[in-house]
Amino acid sequence: MGVSDILGLFNYWMVIILMMIGFYTVVSRGNLVKKIVGLNIFQTSVFLLYISMGKVSGGTAPILTGKPEVYSNPLPHVLILTAIVVGVATTALGLALVVRIKNAYDTIEEDEIQAADDETEFGDPQAAEDHRR
Amino acid sequence: MIAAHLPILQVAVPLVAAPLSVFCRRGATAWTLTFVVSIGAFLISIALLGQVLDQGVLSYQLGDWAAPWGIEYRVDAANAMVLLIISGISTVVLPYARVSIAHEVEAHNQTLFYTCYLLCLTGLLGMVITGDAFNAFVFLEIASLSTYVLVAMGAKRDRRALTAAYTYLVMGTIGATFFVIGVGLLYMMTGTLNMADLAERIPAIGANRTLVVAFAFIVTGLGLKLALFPMHLWLPNAYAFAPSAVTVFLAATATKAAVYLLLRFLFTIFGTSFPTFEPTLTYLLLPLAVIAMFAASTVAIFQVDIKRMLAYSSIAQLGYMVLGMSFATVTGLTATIIHLFNHALMKGALFMALGAVVMRFGDATIDTMRGLGRVMPWTMAAFVAGGLSLIGMPLTVGFISKWLLVTAALESGLWPIAVLVVASSLLAVIYIWRVVEAAYFEPPPEGVTAGEAPPALLIPTWILIGANIYFGIDASLTTRVAGEAARALLKTAS
Amino acid sequence: MTAATALALSLLIPFAGSILIALAAGNANLREAVTVTTAVLLFADVLWLLSMATAAGPAPALMIGEIMPGLTLALAIEPLGMMFGMIASGLWILNSIYSIGYMRANLEHKQTRYYVCFAIAIGSAVGVAFAANMFTLFIFYEILTISTYPLVAHKETAEARAGGRTYLGVLIGTSIGLQLVAIIWTWVATGTLDFTKGGIISGKVAEAMVPVLLALYVFGIGKAALMPFHRWLPAAMVAPTPVSALLHAVAVVKAGVFTVMKVMVYIFGIDFLAATGSSNWLIWVAAATLLAASIIAMTKDNLKARLAYSTVSQLAYVTLGAALATSMGVLGGSMHIAMHAMGKITLFFCAGAIYTATHKTEISDMDGLGRLMPFTYGAFLIGALSVIGLPPMGGSWSKWYLMLGAADADQLVVIGVLMVSSLLNVAYLLPMVGRGFFTLAPDAPGHGVPQAQAAGAAPVPGSGRPPIREAPLFCVVPLCLTAAGCIVLFIYGDALYRLLEPMVRP
Repeated sequence: MGVSDILGLFNYWMVIILMMIGFYTVVSRGNLVKKIVGLNIFQTSVFLLYISMGKVSGGTAPILTGKPEVYSNPLPHVLILTAIVVGVATTALGLALVVRIKNAYDTIEEDEIQAADDETEFGDPQAAEDHRR
Repeated sequence: MIAAHLPILQVAVPLVAAPLSVFCRRGATAWTLTFVVSIGAFLISIALLGQVLDQGVLSYQLGDWAAPWGIEYRVDAANAMVLLIISGISTVVLPYARVSIAHEVEAHNQTLFYTCYLLCLTGLLGMVITGDAFNAFVFLEIASLSTYVLVAMGAKRDRRALTAAYTYLVMGTIGATFFVIGVGLLYMMTGTLNMADLAERIPAIGANRTLVVAFAFIVTGLGLKLALFPMHLWLPNAYAFAPSAVTVFLAATATKAAVYLLLRFLFTIFGTSFPTFEPTLTYLLLPLAVIAMFAASTVAIFQVDIKRMLAYSSIAQLGYMVLGMSFATVTGLTATIIHLFNHALMKGALFMALGAVVMRFGDATIDTMRGLGRVMPWTMAAFVAGGLSLIGMPLTVGFISKWLLVTAALESGLWPIAVLVVASSLLAVIYIWRVVEAAYFEPPPEGVTAGEAPPALLIPTWILIGANIYFGIDASLTTRVAGEAARALLKTAS
Repeated sequence: MTAATALALSLLIPFAGSILIALAAGNANLREAVTVTTAVLLFADVLWLLSMATAAGPAPALMIGEIMPGLTLALAIEPLGMMFGMIASGLWILNSIYSIGYMRANLEHKQTRYYVCFAIAIGSAVGVAFAANMFTLFIFYEILTISTYPLVAHKETAEARAGGRTYLGVLIGTSIGLQLVAIIWTWVATGTLDFTKGGIISGKVAEAMVPVLLALYVFGIGKAALMPFHRWLPAAMVAPTPVSALLHAVAVVKAGVFTVMKVMVYIFGIDFLAATGSSNWLIWVAAATLLAASIIAMTKDNLKARLAYSTVSQLAYVTLGAALATSMGVLGGSMHIAMHAMGKITLFFCAGAIYTATHKTEISDMDGLGRLMPFTYGAFLIGALSVIGLPPMGGSWSKWYLMLGAADADQLVVIGVLMVSSLLNVAYLLPMVGRGFFTLAPDAPGHGVPQAQAAGAAPVPGSGRPPIREAPLFCVVPLCLTAAGCIVLFIYGDALYRLLEPMVRP
């Protein structure tokens, strides 16, 4: 694989790197907001993938002008608009849940929440009652 | 004239009703709208099934844009059956939900609950009926997002519903994103998103690394959505802490739609001749299914919360469905598809019975179940009937599924698998009987008076039990439709 | 009334009866009357079927419905099923009358549930008897298990729960784990599950695999209590005695060995088994169960436990008869289903009568009871002789034919086993009768210190014979009737033979 191949596929390398960064963030970070950040990065990498694949060499924006032109593929753009909306909705929902969790648990760290949940399930019933709203 | 547009109406009616329901000021009005819409969707799905059985595959082009450039809705025996399950369960759950949700969700959230319910229904129906791969992703996400909200609404009873919803959100989004990566790679290689068109172009390309990677992403993404072991971790908590009516609806429909999508992608789009098809089924899906059957059933035995016990039982039952799929024979796929239907009936009834217990006592742990045979006789009788169906007693739907699955295993010459299937059913006897013994053999705790659940909860439960027994005694319709669906998926004539 | 209607009624009567019994829960007398009436109607219907079956023309048959393509729910009359149907329905009448006496005298709770489950159990036993294919039989077999569970766990104590758990665990474990696999294997290999004379297996299953399939069936039919799946039988002793009488004489165990016989004659085919020798291993397993259970019975002091192990042993006779794969063996085994039913139900009725009258359960406590309860002990003697196999009791016929069957199969060791087992039966059944009649009760007059004279009162008139203190009439009459039945079966042994003979006629 020559240098031109690596540079030519730059977009796809970025896709992979972002995907892994996002995924790793989701898995390794305990803070609920950071997980959502990771999820967002993960989803963004997918957007890049789609858009990159739509680019036609020498193509321009897919807007009909009457003159014969080479256009980039408009379909991935459309798909990605949909996916971006889905991503926005997911982020909004996720953050809303984090706000509710903060109100209920007083923390947004995963391990502390897990400890509180374990206590509810296995621990002192009186303490669990106190925690309940 | 309407008959020609049934496929789009199936999705459009609940979709339009959802924002309309936001304007309902009272929960009861929103419920009425939802119920009417659900009945409409159910009738449409029955009509579609009738049309498919008469005419064969139905094809509908959205906006009159010709496939494969436009989005196409394709209905064959497989999706018609799943559409029926989803809309049917929804119609039976809603009368139940009217009372149950009024009790379990805060008053100011009730209208919004039904809005999300309608969106969830739209998403599930759309996921199943569409003939376009990306459209499937869109509806998958619509369904999933509304599911996360529905699950989180159980926070009034137990705040762990919030963490359950959050975990489900993270895992579900990862799954959906994997799925969309797979679809993107497919598009990259074939230039089309239409399922039928993909099915034609993929064999022409053959063993291409991009296609294989797409296959892997799609199977993984859908596996996560259908809670295939070991990606099932989100399910127990989500089912345990969601409001009861939501658990009933999800347990009966959400994972089934994902199973359907997996069937569609594996068998129709990639096809049995795809290079990684057979190895995936034999070396990945089959072992994972068997592990799911045993591990999940075993964990279920030790659960204190009965809702979570049944959630683990659902994971085991999903194992059965994937097992049938992995045989890739007509009998195997018939077993899978019929189990989609049968499990919806069984688990729906069981979770409804538990929901009645939750409404009366606030939770459904093994301690709460003590003496319930005397305190809530009809509810517990429904639980026992559903439990017998889960074990696989003859004359119930559970027996039909089990029979077909073991037959499929023996026909494929895999007798050890047949033995494993019956062995894991015996595990179900243990965890169901634990509850039966607690309910009938132990005295109720101090101060608990006899008080059956209200008819609004009991009647839908017993409707599902009745269906359990009816389709266990006369399985001709379900076997016929499932058989046709199986043959359509395997693209064989007989 | 056509044959098909009679067949339909044979299922409708008990199941509809169970609903009526449930509805009559408020009035105990009405409820009991409904039970007995249902039992009498069912027996009448079965007798009608007998007359139609033995008359000329095709055997009665009824197709109820198709559950899955190729798998039908269907009934048909054939000799073995006819006999079992008669036993189940006839003895239900006696068992109901006995239950009335027992349950009321012991003030048992939840009597409605008891009678309802009884009706469903008998209905499913009749379904097993008249099943036309293995699929129908399996369905009713499972219904029988589930409907008898509340009967076994009736007392709802911790032991009842544990006993119920063993009962259900072993029976469902074997039926789903082994029998269902065997049935589906047969279905996949042969494409049918209909009971056919001559069997359906030959040619469809590899010869090396036939013993495996047979093993799956025989061990999967847990109700036949073949060791090591016999544990449920003694565990079910926690049930009230009429339930034990039902389980161990009338319905459950008989359904088990009936199914074994049916499978071996109509699914495998006796000639096929004889030609391939696939059932030879079963002869030894059955013989081992026979002897081991008899020996264990001798060690048990609890009367019901002893009778339970005796049942395990006697059931193995039937399995042995089928395993010999000769027509005499099959006939002997089939006749034993009837003979043992009559004998064992007598013994269990007596055990229950003893408990009701004296609250004694251990044999060592039962010295001298024969004088207080002569009818009960007399019936017990007759039942015991039938089980042992001595004329003029019915059990002698079945033993005779079993020995003939063993001789036909050149299995002379089996004849020896049968003789040894008769001796063992004597050893664990007769001593109790002897002690009942010929020893004195610890507190009877004339035993040891003459208490009356010590107290200064006049001696008891009647030269020291104690008064008769039998169990209530409702208990004693049925057991006398069943004891008489043992003798009747001896006299009409030939009629039974002629009823069953078409089973093995080529």
